[in-house]
Amino acid sequence: MLEGKKVAILGDRDGIPGPAIEEALKTTEAEIVFTTTECFV
Amino acid sequence: MDLENQQRVKDLAEEHGPENMLVVLGGAEAEASGLAVETVTNGDPTFAGPLAGVQLGLACYHVLESEIKEAIDEDVYEEQISMMEMVLDVDDIIEEVKTYREKYSKYKL
Repeated sequence: MLEGKKVAILGDRDGIPGPAIEEALKTTEAEIVFTTTECFV
Repeated sequence: MDLENQQRVKDLAEEHGPENMLVVLGGAEAEASGLAVETVTNGDPTFAGPLAGVQLGLACYHVLESEIKEAIDEDVYEEQISMMEMVLDVDDIIEEVKTYREKYSKYKL
């Protein structure tokens, strides 16, 4: 379902940080093009 | 959503084509996650950043939503994500993200 998708990851310092989402999405067919961790509030 | 990241998302959508993009969020609470969806779909609601008035309509999901969760290897999800899943208000977050996505996303998974 994620095949061919270019993914921008907007993690949250108080939620799920960017690098954790990146590790998880590396196991899918999506291509990660940007990862960051914001302070959402 | 911070201004620098708005610019990055805008540039990436131009580079790769908005129909090929997917934004995945890790926000800790519903309202802020909803605002992030609004920003990458309908434009910056605060009119402060590069996405003000820019309706990218990107596909945008929270990592806890089934569309994303089910695509991830189960063991890795368990290791990287599941601990936060236990402490966050998952239903609230998903409902808010879905509401904005259904309203403004031009592209979906």
